[in-house]
Amino acid sequence: MLLQAIAFYVFAFVTMASGAMVVVSRNPIYSVLFLILAFFNAAALFLLLGAEFIAMILIIVYVGAVAVLFLFVVMMLDIKVTALREGFLKYFPIGALIGLVLLGEILFALGVFGGGSATITSLDKAGVSVGTMDNTRAIGQVLYTQYFYLFQAAGAVLLVAMIGAIVLTLRRRPGVRRQRISEQLFRPKDQAVTVVKVPTRGGVS
Amino acid sequence: MTIGLGHYLFVAAALFTFGVLGIFLNRKNVIIILMCVELMLLAVNINLVAFSAFQGNVVGQVFAMLVLTVAAAEAAIGLAILVVYFRIRGTVEVEDINAMKG
Repeated sequence: MLLQAIAFYVFAFVTMASGAMVVVSRNPIYSVLFLILAFFNAAALFLLLGAEFIAMILIIVYVGAVAVLFLFVVMMLDIKVTALREGFLKYFPIGALIGLVLLGEILFALGVFGGGSATITSLDKAGVSVGTMDNTRAIGQVLYTQYFYLFQAAGAVLLVAMIGAIVLTLRRRPGVRRQRISEQLFRPKDQAVTVVKVPTRGGVS
Repeated sequence: MTIGLGHYLFVAAALFTFGVLGIFLNRKNVIIILMCVELMLLAVNINLVAFSAFQGNVVGQVFAMLVLTVAAAEAAIGLAILVVYFRIRGTVEVEDINAMKG
């Protein structure tokens, strides 16, 4: 139990610290790398909660796809680092004020300050048990039966996102010669071959 | 020393607050704002999975997967729009994105 508590505190601290570093770091590439670190530690927190499947999905989807996509875009758009940080100090007071107010509101709503929200304390006593079967099997039994249409809708969302990203970034540059196979195949004979009557000792002009 | 639900909810609240703070602080770079949105979605996921684990109900993890799907789609579309915008205007500063102002 002590080991679990120590692991939780380490992972939670690294998650929150790297989340803060995403915001304050100077270089966007460092921000992406700290985002990846935050995702890894959040996956470790999910493992501590007993949600192994979501933890692995988090690493595969977020670290493997989303963060690498961010890294590609940050490296593709060469942005001057120094000019990007100008307004930081100007907006820091109002941002910090809003952040503190929001954090206080969330914590107050959660009853961390002893506000006595009965539901959370009663949930605490419920204990960690997602049944006797393992996590992935439990998710599969719910996902493919009860939430099947939601699962299909998620697939449709991904399809629309894929088509949208391709359509947005596709561009036809002028001056690029492409091979158009159908035009080649359907070219009639009289456009391709000409019969020339060559005079003796004249040659083809 | 047991770790309760409140601990996880505190982590999620802190992450969400960092996300909101980043949106307010970074007035220059749209990529950082997109990253902050991802951070907020991660906080939501931590909340969903924590409630799911402490209630012994697996539905929260199903919803966390759907949130993950939407986050991936949002990142793809947002970055595609960003690349197209950078190709047209040559900048990603927030203050310059005012082509649609009335």
